[in-house]
Amino acid sequence: MAEAAIAPAGETAPQVKDLRGISRAGRNDAIFHALCLSAAMLLMATLAGLLISLIIGGWPALSHFGLKFFFSSAWDPVADDYGAAGPIVGTLITAFLSMLFALPLAIGIAVFLVEFCPKSIERWVAMAVELLAGIPSIVYGMWGLFVLGPWFNDHVILPLRLAAEPGSFLEKFLGNASSGSNIFTASVILAIMVLPFIATVFRELLLSVPTYVREAAYGMGCTPFEVVSNIMLPYIRKSAIGAVMLGLGRALGETMAVTFIIGNSHAFPTSIFDSGSTIASTIANEFAEATTDMHVSALVALGLVLFAITFTTLAVARLLLGKEKA
Amino acid sequence: MFRKFAYAFGAAAVVAGVVGIAKADNFTGAGATFPAPVYSAWAQAYHGATGNELNYQAIGSGGGIRQIKAKTVDFGASDKPLQPAELNAAGLLQFPTVIGGIVPIVNIPGVTAGKLRLSGPVLGDLFLGKIRRWDDAAIARLNPGVKLPSLPVTVVHRADGSGTSFIFTSYLSAVNRDWAARVGANDSVNWPTGLGGKGNDGVAAFVKQTSGSIGYVEYIYARKDNVAWTYVENKAHQYPNPDPVSFAAAAANAPWGRAPGNYVLLIDEPGAKAWPISGATFLLMYKNPGNAQKAAEVLKFVDWSYKNGDAAAGKLDYVPLPLSVKNMIRKQWLQITAGGKPVYVSK
Amino acid sequence: MSAAASAGLFSRYGRRKLVNYVFVTLASMATAVAIAALVMILASLIMKGFGGINAEIFRADTPGGGGDLGTGGLRNAIVGSVMLCAMGMVIAVVIGILAGTWLAEYGDGNRLAGFVRFLNDVLLSAPSILIGLFGYELVVLPMHGGSALAGAIALAILTTPVVTRTTEDILRLQSNQLREAGMALGAGKGLVIRAIIWRASRTGLVTGGLLGFARMSGESAPLVFTNAGNQFFSWNVLGATASLPMTIFYFALSADENWQRLAWVAALLISVAVLSANIIGRALARGSQHK
Repeated sequence: MAEAAIAPAGETAPQVKDLRGISRAGRNDAIFHALCLSAAMLLMATLAGLLISLIIGGWPALSHFGLKFFFSSAWDPVADDYGAAGPIVGTLITAFLSMLFALPLAIGIAVFLVEFCPKSIERWVAMAVELLAGIPSIVYGMWGLFVLGPWFNDHVILPLRLAAEPGSFLEKFLGNASSGSNIFTASVILAIMVLPFIATVFRELLLSVPTYVREAAYGMGCTPFEVVSNIMLPYIRKSAIGAVMLGLGRALGETMAVTFIIGNSHAFPTSIFDSGSTIASTIANEFAEATTDMHVSALVALGLVLFAITFTTLAVARLLLGKEKA
Repeated sequence: MFRKFAYAFGAAAVVAGVVGIAKADNFTGAGATFPAPVYSAWAQAYHGATGNELNYQAIGSGGGIRQIKAKTVDFGASDKPLQPAELNAAGLLQFPTVIGGIVPIVNIPGVTAGKLRLSGPVLGDLFLGKIRRWDDAAIARLNPGVKLPSLPVTVVHRADGSGTSFIFTSYLSAVNRDWAARVGANDSVNWPTGLGGKGNDGVAAFVKQTSGSIGYVEYIYARKDNVAWTYVENKAHQYPNPDPVSFAAAAANAPWGRAPGNYVLLIDEPGAKAWPISGATFLLMYKNPGNAQKAAEVLKFVDWSYKNGDAAAGKLDYVPLPLSVKNMIRKQWLQITAGGKPVYVSK
Repeated sequence: MSAAASAGLFSRYGRRKLVNYVFVTLASMATAVAIAALVMILASLIMKGFGGINAEIFRADTPGGGGDLGTGGLRNAIVGSVMLCAMGMVIAVVIGILAGTWLAEYGDGNRLAGFVRFLNDVLLSAPSILIGLFGYELVVLPMHGGSALAGAIALAILTTPVVTRTTEDILRLQSNQLREAGMALGAGKGLVIRAIIWRASRTGLVTGGLLGFARMSGESAPLVFTNAGNQFFSWNVLGATASLPMTIFYFALSADENWQRLAWVAALLISVAVLSANIIGRALARGSQHK
């Protein structure tokens, strides 16, 4: 950069060239660039460190149990025998069920906000959905534990339990169901948590459909349902699936809300009303107290599995969504 | 303007941080939830008397053992005593602080505290999942005149590594052969059935909100959380009340002073008044601690609590140790040394 | 389609109208369900939270168990949370803004930048419990104990990706004319960024900070392993301190009624902080758009 005789005051006014022939201004620029770069590298290093510590910590358990680790549902700290099937299944089932509950509702809300909502209340409804997204996860956990769980136990589980004859289909369906803290209620809470996020993304996607496409469809005489289902949703299909995967990723990683209400049982669940556990809740409950090194390693290995699952989900979502939305 | 505010805030933060770090007569411990209420009461009183603070994390005995071995706390607390071999291998000293009792708790409509009677074998069968409904003949036989609904049994146990579990499963192994063969005794076992709660608190919470459930907690949790406890038949076929009298009766024949590593269990003790599921709770410290000053702080706290904490313990229905045992333990503290000298000598 | 054919419920048009009507109803019901859930949760929070507040909340520390209903407060937890958030925000904002600046300003055409952006998103969606695990390995083990510093570092790891993301998005929105004008005046690239671009995106950067703050104060999983709690009041950042989320974790899962009351109050306090940060952030973002 040429030194100007008349220059604005401040750093770029070249005073004295230092010995290396680089002006102070240029040096400051280089320092700033280095600072920014090192911040970005620090971010990368953190992620790398996370992954490495998971691999190092989980390696003893994985090498000891091998592939059996993923299929065994034993969790016996006495015999130091650990199998991840229970928590993995719990994680996948709660995430899947929560998406099953949340997705139709989220699409319904997004469509409502875009197509049917009266202009006067649109701002309020949108704000309500945002508010739902802003509630901290631990509050969801508390609400599930103190409100939803007991209600569910008193009004669903208990009457069903009392009505089930021994040996009947109903009893088999109920499995070991015994309280309001079970996989089903945990999925409901997760669904409410993920719902606003997916609804917001879907709303933005629907709003991105060009107006002339919608108007052309209406002009042909389509009912709003047909416009949405035949024109708008297929238009955003690829990004929509990406949004769904993002929501799934959040549901998979959620810890606190689930820990409060999933019942903490390691047995392989036999019914959706059984208590269960997820990878996140298992780690949260047991890590500080695991007594043997193999127990600790098994928990870290679980963490590695969770990381792999969420990473894959995120990667697929990114591919589908492209760079903008994620 | 913003810059001035930022500098002022930064300066205040640094000052607060330095002051905070300087006030370093605080010490940390982690472990059993069994004695957590009495440790909390002692810590509060000790803070009032001396200004030093104990930061105790009640994460279960398993956690206490793990954290003292990882040297992330100044002492570990466990109701599951370690065997002398394990103590020597790790270089730890183990000594008891109080004695308490474990009671089964139930949530059965119509059954209040102290109404239900259970025997050891029946308790084992309930936790094995062999007795599946509350109106089972085995339970009804022990409780003539109590109306038991046909509610399914839900077992609640500990999800974390727990000395309370160790004492309870030791008892079940002693009185129920099937339990001893299939499950055994430890702070973390392969429970045949049931939900897991975190800490004594978590078990009490689960039982309170689940109809037809049965769990086990240290007695103070049943009392303070208003959950119904049951009687348990002791070795002399009696049904004593769970209170300091029966807990002390169980500890009456304890071989303190003759047990290497102070390894003493108070399970199914003989005596008409003895509570069958009692136990002492222990502290674990290094014989050669890395930080001698913190170790001295811990011993000072325990010494103070031995001298002044009996009333508080009694109010929470724990049994303080006999004076002879306390004096024996004070002599054992001389084994905790740094640079050849004991870190703390009790006056 | 002639007018005659469009008459009647079971005509083709009637069927389409019916389907549409059902659909509109379902969509409205879905929205009603979401709003109902919000109302129920907020109602519980407000009733139990406000119902549990008394004069002691800000004056007394967390009580031991078995206390009478109404005793004890949250003073040490509130101060601990403020300390954690302050330290975590400082780290997250500094690193996040610098990293976001690098991505936006120095990262075009750079394959490394795309890689970093992707990794940033991975860290953003990483389960918070795993970050807590990493914080334990990184800070707690070498320091021989949990501490507020460890908790702040774990929270910072959680929040930095959020700040990085929003910073990059905001900086990319600034028009290139600003940059060109700065350079035409003779400023180096660093000075252009610091004196012009950052200043122009001030509101957006603050919004990013607020969103990061909202995420940080609502998270509790990272604290379980790094800063588990303390019965007493403490300014010591090298030791463990109480915090609102961990207090809720212990108190809510107990059967002690006084503790449960305090857990609801703590939940209310956290929610108020998070929701205010969210609302202020969005208001700022909307306000700057109207300029």
